[in-house]
Amino acid sequence: MKNKYSPGDKVQIMQRNQPGHVRTPIYVRGKTGVIERIVGSFPNPELLAYGNSGLPYKMLYRVNFKQSELWPDYDGQADDTLEIEIYEHWMAPA
Amino acid sequence: MSNDHDHGPTHTHDGKLIQEDELPSIEAQILETSVRELLIEKGVVSGEDIRRAIEAMDSRGESLGAKIVVRAWTDPKYKDRLLNNSDDAVREFGINMSPMELCVVENTDEVHNMVVCTLCSCYPRPILGIPPAWYKRRDYRARAVREPRAVLQEFGTDLPDGKQVRVHDSNADLRYLVLPKRPEGTEDWTVEQLEALVTRDSMIGVSDVRLPSEADA
Repeated sequence: MKNKYSPGDKVQIMQRNQPGHVRTPIYVRGKTGVIERIVGSFPNPELLAYGNSGLPYKMLYRVNFKQSELWPDYDGQADDTLEIEIYEHWMAPA
Repeated sequence: MSNDHDHGPTHTHDGKLIQEDELPSIEAQILETSVRELLIEKGVVSGEDIRRAIEAMDSRGESLGAKIVVRAWTDPKYKDRLLNNSDDAVREFGINMSPMELCVVENTDEVHNMVVCTLCSCYPRPILGIPPAWYKRRDYRARAVREPRAVLQEFGTDLPDGKQVRVHDSNADLRYLVLPKRPEGTEDWTVEQLEALVTRDSMIGVSDVRLPSEADA
Protein backbone atom coordinates (compact mmCIF):
# COMPACT_ATOMS: atom_id res chain seq x y z
CA MET A 1 0.00 0.00 0.00
CA LYS A 2 1.37 3.36 -1.00
CA ASN A 3 1.51 6.30 1.34
CA LYS A 4 0.11 9.58 0.06
CA TYR A 5 2.00 11.64 2.64
CA SER A 6 5.58 11.63 3.92
CA PRO A 7 7.20 12.84 7.12
CA GLY A 8 7.36 16.64 7.15
CA ASP A 9 4.25 17.12 4.98
CA LYS A 10 1.70 19.60 6.29
CA VAL A 11 -1.80 18.18 6.56
CA GLN A 12 -5.18 19.41 7.71
CA ILE A 13 -7.45 17.03 9.57
CA MET A 14 -10.91 16.83 8.07
CA GLN A 15 -13.79 18.55 9.77
CA ARG A 16 -16.57 16.07 9.38
CA ASN A 17 -19.17 14.63 11.68
CA GLN A 18 -19.22 10.89 11.47
CA PRO A 19 -20.83 8.57 13.99
CA GLY A 20 -19.37 5.21 14.96
CA HIS A 21 -15.98 3.84 15.96
CA VAL A 22 -14.02 6.84 14.68
CA ARG A 23 -10.46 7.23 15.96
CA THR A 24 -10.11 10.93 15.09
CA PRO A 25 -10.97 12.93 18.21
CA ILE A 26 -12.99 16.11 17.71
CA TYR A 27 -10.24 18.30 19.16
CA VAL A 28 -7.93 17.71 16.16
CA ARG A 29 -10.58 18.06 13.45
CA GLY A 30 -9.97 21.07 11.22
CA LYS A 31 -6.48 21.54 12.71
CA THR A 32 -3.22 21.63 10.78
CA GLY A 33 -0.22 19.52 11.73
CA VAL A 34 2.87 17.87 10.29
CA ILE A 35 3.35 14.19 9.47
CA GLU A 36 5.75 12.81 12.08
CA ARG A 37 5.99 9.26 10.71
CA ILE A 38 4.22 6.71 8.58
CA VAL A 39 2.94 3.98 10.91
CA GLY A 40 1.73 1.60 8.18
CA SER A 41 -1.52 0.14 6.89
CA PHE A 42 -4.14 -1.22 9.27
CA PRO A 43 -7.68 -2.59 9.01
CA ASN A 44 -10.13 0.31 8.97
CA PRO A 45 -11.35 0.60 12.59
CA GLU A 46 -14.55 2.27 11.44
CA LEU A 47 -15.54 -1.07 9.85
CA LEU A 48 -13.57 -3.52 11.99
CA ALA A 49 -15.45 -2.50 15.13
CA TYR A 50 -18.73 -3.76 13.68
CA GLY A 51 -17.68 -7.28 12.79
CA ASN A 52 -16.45 -6.47 9.27
CA SER A 53 -13.03 -7.36 7.88
CA GLY A 54 -11.78 -3.77 7.95
CA LEU A 55 -10.84 -4.03 4.26
CA PRO A 56 -9.56 -2.11 2.45
CA TYR A 57 -6.74 -1.32 4.84
CA LYS A 58 -6.08 2.34 5.57
CA MET A 59 -2.72 4.07 5.86
CA LEU A 60 -2.03 5.37 9.35
CA TYR A 61 0.31 8.25 10.26
CA ARG A 62 1.46 10.00 13.38
CA VAL A 63 0.76 13.72 13.13
CA ASN A 64 2.48 16.36 15.24
CA PHE A 65 0.51 19.44 16.28
CA LYS A 66 1.60 22.55 18.10
CA GLN A 67 -0.50 22.81 21.24
CA SER A 68 -1.19 26.45 20.33
CA GLU A 69 -2.81 25.21 17.10
CA LEU A 70 -5.11 22.89 19.04
CA TRP A 71 -5.94 25.29 21.85
CA PRO A 72 -5.75 29.04 21.06
CA ASP A 73 -5.51 29.88 24.77
CA TYR A 74 -2.93 27.16 25.57
CA ASP A 75 -0.84 28.46 28.44
CA GLY A 76 2.17 26.13 28.36
CA GLN A 77 5.38 26.67 26.44
CA ALA A 78 5.26 27.81 22.80
CA ASP A 79 7.08 24.68 21.57
CA ASP A 80 4.82 22.18 23.41
CA THR A 81 3.37 19.62 21.01
CA LEU A 82 0.91 16.76 20.77
CA GLU A 83 1.26 13.67 18.59
CA ILE A 84 -1.62 11.47 17.55
CA GLU A 85 -2.39 8.71 15.04
CA ILE A 86 -4.56 9.78 12.11
CA TYR A 87 -5.76 7.70 9.16
CA GLU A 88 -5.11 8.95 5.64
CA HIS A 89 -8.81 9.28 4.82
CA TRP A 90 -9.11 11.84 7.61
CA MET A 91 -6.55 14.30 6.21
CA ALA A 92 -5.94 16.61 3.26
CA PRO A 93 -2.81 18.47 2.11
CA ALA A 94 -2.44 21.83 3.89
CA MET B 1 -21.31 30.88 52.29
CA SER B 2 -18.57 32.06 50.02
CA ASN B 3 -20.15 31.06 46.74
CA ASP B 4 -23.45 32.27 45.46
CA HIS B 5 -24.94 28.84 44.91
CA ASP B 6 -24.56 25.22 45.69
CA HIS B 7 -23.30 23.24 42.79
CA GLY B 8 -23.10 19.59 42.01
CA PRO B 9 -20.25 17.84 40.32
CA THR B 10 -21.19 19.08 36.86
CA HIS B 11 -19.09 22.24 36.80
CA THR B 12 -16.43 24.14 38.68
CA HIS B 13 -16.24 27.81 39.57
CA ASP B 14 -14.06 28.66 36.60
CA GLY B 15 -16.83 27.35 34.36
CA LYS B 16 -15.08 24.25 33.12
CA LEU B 17 -17.34 21.34 32.44
CA ILE B 18 -16.54 18.11 34.19
CA GLN B 19 -18.34 15.12 32.80
CA GLU B 20 -18.98 12.22 35.08
CA ASP B 21 -17.39 8.91 34.24
CA GLU B 22 -19.77 6.51 32.62
CA LEU B 23 -21.07 3.54 34.52
CA PRO B 24 -20.12 0.18 33.04
CA SER B 25 -22.57 -0.79 30.32
CA ILE B 26 -25.06 -3.36 31.61
CA GLU B 27 -25.64 -4.59 28.04
CA ALA B 28 -21.91 -5.29 27.61
CA GLN B 29 -21.84 -7.16 30.92
CA ILE B 30 -24.80 -9.33 29.96
CA LEU B 31 -23.23 -10.02 26.55
CA GLU B 32 -19.90 -10.98 28.14
CA THR B 33 -21.57 -13.34 30.62
CA SER B 34 -23.69 -14.97 27.90
CA VAL B 35 -20.75 -15.54 25.54
CA ARG B 36 -18.56 -16.84 28.35
CA GLU B 37 -21.21 -19.30 29.57
CA LEU B 38 -21.84 -20.52 26.02
CA LEU B 39 -18.11 -21.09 25.40
CA ILE B 40 -17.84 -23.10 28.60
CA GLU B 41 -21.06 -25.04 27.92
CA LYS B 42 -19.87 -26.01 24.42
CA GLY B 43 -16.46 -27.04 25.77
CA VAL B 44 -14.49 -24.42 23.81
CA VAL B 45 -12.80 -23.17 26.97
CA SER B 46 -13.08 -24.10 30.62
CA GLY B 47 -13.68 -21.89 33.60
CA GLU B 48 -10.16 -22.73 34.70
CA ASP B 49 -8.75 -21.52 31.33
CA ILE B 50 -10.51 -18.18 31.80
CA ARG B 51 -9.42 -17.85 35.41
CA ARG B 52 -5.82 -18.57 34.48
CA ALA B 53 -5.89 -16.03 31.62
CA ILE B 54 -7.23 -13.35 33.98
CA GLU B 55 -4.58 -14.22 36.55
CA ALA B 56 -1.84 -13.95 33.91
CA MET B 57 -3.17 -10.55 32.76
CA ASP B 58 -3.40 -9.28 36.33
CA SER B 59 0.10 -10.44 37.16
CA ARG B 60 1.75 -8.30 34.50
CA GLY B 61 2.95 -5.06 35.90
CA GLU B 62 5.61 -2.46 35.89
CA SER B 63 8.43 -4.89 36.74
CA LEU B 64 8.51 -6.05 33.11
CA GLY B 65 8.60 -2.46 31.90
CA ALA B 66 11.36 -1.67 34.39
CA LYS B 67 13.50 -4.50 33.00
CA ILE B 68 13.13 -3.07 29.49
CA VAL B 69 13.94 0.47 30.62
CA VAL B 70 17.03 -0.59 32.56
CA ARG B 71 18.26 -2.69 29.66
CA ALA B 72 17.98 0.40 27.45
CA TRP B 73 19.80 2.51 30.05
CA THR B 74 22.68 0.07 30.31
CA ASP B 75 22.97 -1.21 26.73
CA PRO B 76 23.12 1.49 23.99
CA LYS B 77 22.58 -1.05 21.23
CA TYR B 78 19.41 -2.32 22.93
CA LYS B 79 18.21 1.26 23.38
CA ASP B 80 18.67 1.83 19.67
CA ARG B 81 16.60 -1.28 18.89
CA LEU B 82 13.96 -0.31 21.44
CA LEU B 83 13.46 3.15 19.94
CA ASN B 84 13.63 2.13 16.28
CA ASN B 85 12.31 -1.41 16.20
CA SER B 86 10.24 -1.53 19.34
CA ASP B 87 8.16 -4.67 18.71
CA ASP B 88 11.25 -6.81 18.09
CA ALA B 89 13.09 -5.27 21.03
CA VAL B 90 10.39 -6.19 23.54
CA ARG B 91 9.98 -9.64 22.00
CA GLU B 92 13.42 -10.32 23.49
CA PHE B 93 11.58 -10.13 26.83
CA GLY B 94 8.87 -12.53 25.65
CA ILE B 95 6.37 -9.75 24.97
CA ASN B 96 4.12 -9.89 21.93
CA MET B 97 2.40 -6.59 21.11
CA SER B 98 0.39 -7.98 18.17
CA PRO B 99 -2.03 -6.90 16.73
CA MET B 100 -0.93 -3.54 18.15
CA GLU B 101 2.49 -1.99 17.60
CA LEU B 102 4.71 -0.48 20.23
CA CYS B 103 6.04 3.07 20.05
CA VAL B 104 8.74 3.99 22.57
CA VAL B 105 9.35 7.69 23.22
CA GLU B 106 12.45 8.89 25.01
CA ASN B 107 12.59 11.57 27.68
CA THR B 108 15.65 13.78 27.28
CA ASP B 109 17.02 17.03 28.70
CA GLU B 110 14.96 18.83 26.05
CA VAL B 111 11.69 16.86 25.88
CA HIS B 112 9.28 15.34 28.40
CA ASN B 113 6.79 12.83 26.95
CA MET B 114 3.49 11.81 28.49
CA VAL B 115 0.84 9.35 27.31
CA VAL B 116 -2.95 9.48 27.37
CA CYS B 117 -5.79 7.81 25.50
CA THR B 118 -8.49 10.44 25.07
CA LEU B 119 -10.97 8.12 23.34
CA CYS B 120 -10.88 5.21 25.78
CA SER B 121 -8.06 3.72 27.84
CA CYS B 122 -5.50 2.24 25.41
CA TYR B 123 -2.42 1.24 27.37
CA PRO B 124 0.63 -1.00 26.75
CA ARG B 125 -0.96 -3.87 28.70
CA PRO B 126 1.44 -6.60 27.51
CA ILE B 127 4.21 -4.60 29.21
CA LEU B 128 2.59 -2.65 32.06
CA GLY B 129 -0.47 -4.77 32.81
CA ILE B 130 -3.74 -3.18 33.93
CA PRO B 131 -3.87 0.63 33.65
CA PRO B 132 -4.29 2.63 36.86
CA ALA B 133 -7.82 3.86 37.60
CA TRP B 134 -6.88 7.50 37.05
CA TYR B 135 -5.61 6.73 33.54
CA LYS B 136 -9.16 5.70 32.57
CA ARG B 137 -10.88 8.65 34.19
CA ARG B 138 -12.42 11.35 32.03
CA ASP B 139 -10.68 14.17 33.85
CA TYR B 140 -7.19 12.76 33.16
CA ARG B 141 -8.09 11.96 29.55
CA ALA B 142 -9.49 15.43 28.90
CA ARG B 143 -6.91 17.45 30.80
CA ALA B 144 -3.74 15.62 29.71
CA VAL B 145 -4.14 16.99 26.19
CA ARG B 146 -5.58 20.36 27.20
CA GLU B 147 -3.34 21.38 30.11
CA PRO B 148 -0.57 18.78 30.39
CA ARG B 149 1.67 21.00 32.50
CA ALA B 150 -1.00 21.48 35.15
CA VAL B 151 -1.59 17.71 35.22
CA LEU B 152 2.14 17.02 35.52
CA GLN B 153 2.38 19.47 38.41
CA GLU B 154 -0.45 17.67 40.21
CA PHE B 155 1.54 14.46 39.82
CA GLY B 156 4.46 16.24 41.50
CA THR B 157 6.40 16.63 38.28
CA ASP B 158 7.93 20.09 38.03
CA LEU B 159 9.75 20.55 34.76
CA PRO B 160 12.70 22.89 34.38
CA ASP B 161 12.09 26.03 32.31
CA GLY B 162 12.62 25.44 28.64
CA LYS B 163 11.76 21.76 28.60
CA GLN B 164 9.22 20.88 25.92
CA VAL B 165 6.16 18.79 26.78
CA ARG B 166 5.07 16.31 24.12
CA VAL B 167 1.74 14.57 24.71
CA HIS B 168 0.99 11.32 22.89
CA ASP B 169 -2.67 10.52 22.35
CA SER B 170 -2.80 6.72 22.12
CA ASN B 171 -5.92 6.78 19.97
CA ALA B 172 -5.49 4.02 17.39
CA ASP B 173 -3.12 1.12 16.67
CA LEU B 174 0.05 2.06 18.56
CA ARG B 175 0.71 1.58 22.25
CA TYR B 176 3.17 3.87 23.98
CA LEU B 177 5.95 3.37 26.47
CA VAL B 178 7.96 6.30 27.81
CA LEU B 179 11.67 5.64 28.23
CA PRO B 180 12.37 7.81 31.28
CA LYS B 181 15.66 9.56 31.94
CA ARG B 182 18.19 7.68 34.03
CA PRO B 183 18.80 9.71 37.20
CA GLU B 184 22.23 11.21 37.65
CA GLY B 185 24.35 9.56 40.30
CA THR B 186 23.31 6.01 39.40
CA GLU B 187 26.32 5.23 37.21
CA ASP B 188 27.61 2.53 39.59
CA TRP B 189 24.23 1.00 40.42
CA THR B 190 23.45 -2.64 39.70
CA VAL B 191 20.67 -3.68 37.33
CA GLU B 192 18.55 -4.79 40.30
CA GLN B 193 18.97 -1.44 42.04
CA LEU B 194 18.04 0.42 38.88
CA GLU B 195 14.99 -1.75 38.20
CA ALA B 196 13.66 -0.96 41.67
CA LEU B 197 13.75 2.76 40.81
CA VAL B 198 11.62 2.60 37.67
CA THR B 199 7.96 3.27 38.43
CA ARG B 200 4.82 2.68 36.41
CA ASP B 201 4.07 6.41 36.35
CA SER B 202 7.50 7.21 34.91
CA MET B 203 6.73 4.88 31.99
CA ILE B 204 3.38 6.63 31.38
CA GLY B 205 5.26 9.90 31.58
CA VAL B 206 3.39 11.62 34.40
CA SER B 207 6.51 11.38 36.52
CA ASP B 208 10.28 11.16 36.26
CA VAL B 209 12.42 8.42 37.76
CA ARG B 210 13.70 9.80 41.03
CA LEU B 211 16.32 8.73 43.52
CA PRO B 212 14.81 7.66 46.87
CA SER B 213 16.15 10.84 48.51
CA GLU B 214 14.38 13.01 45.92
CA ALA B 215 11.17 11.04 46.17
CA ASP B 216 10.95 11.75 49.89
CA ALA B 217 11.46 15.47 49.40
